[in-house]
Amino acid sequence: MDILNALVLFSNFVVVPALAYGAQLALGALGVTLIYGILRFSNFAHGATMAFGTMCCVLITWWFQSLGISFGFLPTALLALPFAIVLCVVFVLLTDSAVYKFYRNAKSSPVILVIASVGMMFVTGGLVRFIIGPDDQQFNDGARFIIKAREFKEMTGLNEGLAIKTSQGIALFAAVAVVIALFWFLNKTRTGKSMRAYSDNEDLALLSGINPERVVRVTWILAAALATLAGVLYGLDKSFRPFTYDQLLLPFFAAAILGGLGNPFGAIGGGFIVAFSEIMMTYAYKKFFAYLLPEDMAPTELLQLFATNYKFAVSFLILVIVLIFMPTGLFKGKSV
Amino acid sequence: MENPAALLVFQRETFMKKLLLATAASVALLASPVLGAGHGPVKIGVFLGFTGPIESLVANMAPGAELAIKEVSESGKLLGGKAVEAVRADTTCVDAAAATTAMETLVTSEGVAGVVGGDCSGVTGAALTNVAVPNGMVMISPSATSPGLSTAEDNGLFFRTAPSDARQGVVMSDIIMERGFKSVALTYTNNDYGKGLADAFATAYTAAGGTVTINTAHEDGKADYAAEVGALAAAGGDVLVVAGYLDQGGKGIIQGALDTGAFDTFVLPDGMVGDALPKAIGSDLNGSFGQAPGTDSPGAGKLVEMVGDAFDASSPFAAESYDAAALIMLAMQAAESTDPAAYKDKVFDVANAPGEKILPGELGKALEILANGGEIDYVGASNVELIGPGESAGNYREIEIKDEALSTVGYR
Repeated sequence: MDILNALVLFSNFVVVPALAYGAQLALGALGVTLIYGILRFSNFAHGATMAFGTMCCVLITWWFQSLGISFGFLPTALLALPFAIVLCVVFVLLTDSAVYKFYRNAKSSPVILVIASVGMMFVTGGLVRFIIGPDDQQFNDGARFIIKAREFKEMTGLNEGLAIKTSQGIALFAAVAVVIALFWFLNKTRTGKSMRAYSDNEDLALLSGINPERVVRVTWILAAALATLAGVLYGLDKSFRPFTYDQLLLPFFAAAILGGLGNPFGAIGGGFIVAFSEIMMTYAYKKFFAYLLPEDMAPTELLQLFATNYKFAVSFLILVIVLIFMPTGLFKGKSV
Repeated sequence: MENPAALLVFQRETFMKKLLLATAASVALLASPVLGAGHGPVKIGVFLGFTGPIESLVANMAPGAELAIKEVSESGKLLGGKAVEAVRADTTCVDAAAATTAMETLVTSEGVAGVVGGDCSGVTGAALTNVAVPNGMVMISPSATSPGLSTAEDNGLFFRTAPSDARQGVVMSDIIMERGFKSVALTYTNNDYGKGLADAFATAYTAAGGTVTINTAHEDGKADYAAEVGALAAAGGDVLVVAGYLDQGGKGIIQGALDTGAFDTFVLPDGMVGDALPKAIGSDLNGSFGQAPGTDSPGAGKLVEMVGDAFDASSPFAAESYDAAALIMLAMQAAESTDPAAYKDKVFDVANAPGEKILPGELGKALEILANGGEIDYVGASNVELIGPGESAGNYREIEIKDEALSTVGYR
């Protein structure tokens, strides 16, 4: 019984939140890593793109809600998502032809593209705040929980509750589905193979007749779709606030670099490692061990490795250590 | 209104200041006898941030102070009929060097007999140590709330009609204790406001016999608060005190704590009190409680009535500004002198009981009572009660979330 209580406690405060946060990070990091692998620059505007896509989704969701359209126990935002993705893709393709294409054709060095993306970050962020404002926006509806902590306690008779939010379930499910779809696309389809070829060796790919503009276009479409999806899932789970989305960029890059920049598999692994390390390293294990140990050995201290103030330091510390010993990341990406 | 950047600037320029001060002090020595002799009107400095981050607040604070000055001047009862004149000077709220210069001008070339101000904590501290203390000038600030000013070396020259944030910690501790919660988990937003309030609260609550199971910071605007919620939940406690902002990390923490079933009841200090929070969280927040500055004293309403459409007297710190100016002039009357060294000791006497209670608009009456050797207890527009090192005891509105909306439980 006590062992079960300990496990449920650990799941409720560590495993479930970390899985959901990890899935959100993985989807974001995947977009960053795709752009890096194929377009060969770190896209600092990814967080802002995410905010833009989410903003579209929020506005469409509100419109749907005003029309009385709902999606049963699932959030209405999922119905609005495809439309938001289309809008975000159009926006990103426009920015590509207006900004990045010029530098690409001029064969500019990656650092110039990076700085151009920083500029795009400010422009996109400003646009989002101009349209929807800088405040918090709630757009989640439908059932909030798959299972509530209190219901779980009553059901099982345990001391500890386990809560799983609908948004957490959706995030994890969507991350798994998207990852499977993306791997199938990259490994099995002609377009996917041409993208990988372009990523591996641009000149050779061009010689074998791959249309570079098409590869670039498909990459932007995928990145925009991933950004919108990640943004909407994150917004459903927490809330939508444009400024916070810019801040998400740091854990995205940490996840992508940790896994190996340019390697989609690495981005996913990196996302979960960052999420789990942030939460596990700063969790206070007092109650957990109080269940496992005999009563007279129960801990009186919090048993916290790091105060929560240091959670960012934790993920970056791991990043630094990994890069010292494995400069291309855990899953062999391009060296940074 | 804490401003650490300004303090840094101030430290860098301390040496320069000392040189200037030596000059300023000698000029002041020459100027003060002239003042004491009683030629011309009594001048009072209105030392507020007419430009800078709080200029929109100052637009209502300065007229508040000047209204009290005009009232006294027109009554013709101050020290046998002296006229009083307001002299404005700009603190800028953020630039300690500019504020110090402006304060020097007030004291040395304008020859003011007292100063209403400054406004932001950083510039107020700089002007106090650089100019007011060396020149023996009384300052009464209507809006500096940093707990640091309570312990500043002021030779009894500095007062404020605004409460220190430290006071709110004590009030919050009282409210929690009265509701019978003996252990709390505590999280605060990682800045001067959050840290100051959390420390003040933790000290007061522990002294009252409560237990703070964990006292930890959270960063605003971050992606995920699962780690913070996990640590708070592991530490446990009857209620969770969230000294943060309602549209920032504070909300994220509360949402996370409710979702995981870690805490059901939350304590909300002023940064968390607003209609947006119950609206965003919903019925789960019912039963949570807290406090924010506010008073139901008749004085506040009376000031608004007196002012009419001239300016917005219900704007933050407008009432405190009126009271700051009134206190200076009443203390002068009680001391029968415009010399700061004499009337600084009378500020407490006129502000606190015993004596006849004085509301806004009754300054003439108060001057008369004092002239006849009577005593007054100045209540004013912000329910003034000076405590400790000469700061307002502070009035707080206790709130509780009922039916997904804020409701007022009482005032304390």
